[in-house]
Amino acid sequence: MLRNQGPSTDRWGCLLGCWIQEAHKHVLTEDIVHREVTADQKLLSRRLLTKTNRMPRWAERFFPANVAHSVYILEDSIVDPKNRTMTTYTWNINHARLMVVEERCVYCVNPENSNWTEVRRDAWVSSSLFGVSRAIQEFGLARFKSNVTKSTKGFEYVLAKMQGEAPSKTLVETAKEATEKAKETALAATEKAKDLASKAATKKKQQYV
Amino acid sequence: MNSVGEACTELKREYDQCFNRWFAEKFLKGENAGDPCVQLFKRYQLCVQKAIKEKDIPIEGLEFMGPSKGKAENSS
Repeated sequence: MLRNQGPSTDRWGCLLGCWIQEAHKHVLTEDIVHREVTADQKLLSRRLLTKTNRMPRWAERFFPANVAHSVYILEDSIVDPKNRTMTTYTWNINHARLMVVEERCVYCVNPENSNWTEVRRDAWVSSSLFGVSRAIQEFGLARFKSNVTKSTKGFEYVLAKMQGEAPSKTLVETAKEATEKAKETALAATEKAKDLASKAATKKKQQYV
Repeated sequence: MNSVGEACTELKREYDQCFNRWFAEKFLKGENAGDPCVQLFKRYQLCVQKAIKEKDIPIEGLEFMGPSKGKAENSS
């Protein structure tokens, strides 16, 4: 499990504006498939996203059947304007035998300073495949961390612009910094994952001798 | 952003425009005059639900926020 928590400098309304407009890289399609307003004035939504399947090369060799298919992701969300909270829960509904990544984010107004929004982000990465599961989990966690870095930095940039502030860095610098950090994380994870996968493969061979 | 049903993208855009306006100007301000986007939503849903069935996307029978309910915050 991974938890990431911290304040982000914006008001509640601006945050939701960003949620609506947030552009995801690698997203091919986005659809609302369910929406309702409850009796107690909460907005429930379900979004279906399709994303490109970006498996690393070493994984393609192990899971050739998964290569061709896009990933389908559902995002369920509850917006509570009275209490100024928003909860989103996101998970993939295919490629599930390979890896499931679930993420829950709770956004609420910081109780000590109403100009600040708090985000609590929990994530679970799991795989049911014997032997390779740790390699997949390491990869999944690293990918998640690098995506969080990128999306948080993108988020902060957009929020700063919406408030009419000059962001402390240009978008290019922000993106570059996030990409560098993400590359480092991904590289370290790839090496570790390759190592784990080859150990698992060796172990599996030995069992059938 | 496109819809998963190629033919539905225009309907989706019309609905999104209506929803975004209502969301920012009414819903967030606590005004409950009712949802003016119902017809647009219905037309969009007819199209997109058909596309989802045709592509065999497995969204049926999944409880809202369902898988998250069993998640304790300190589990690993």
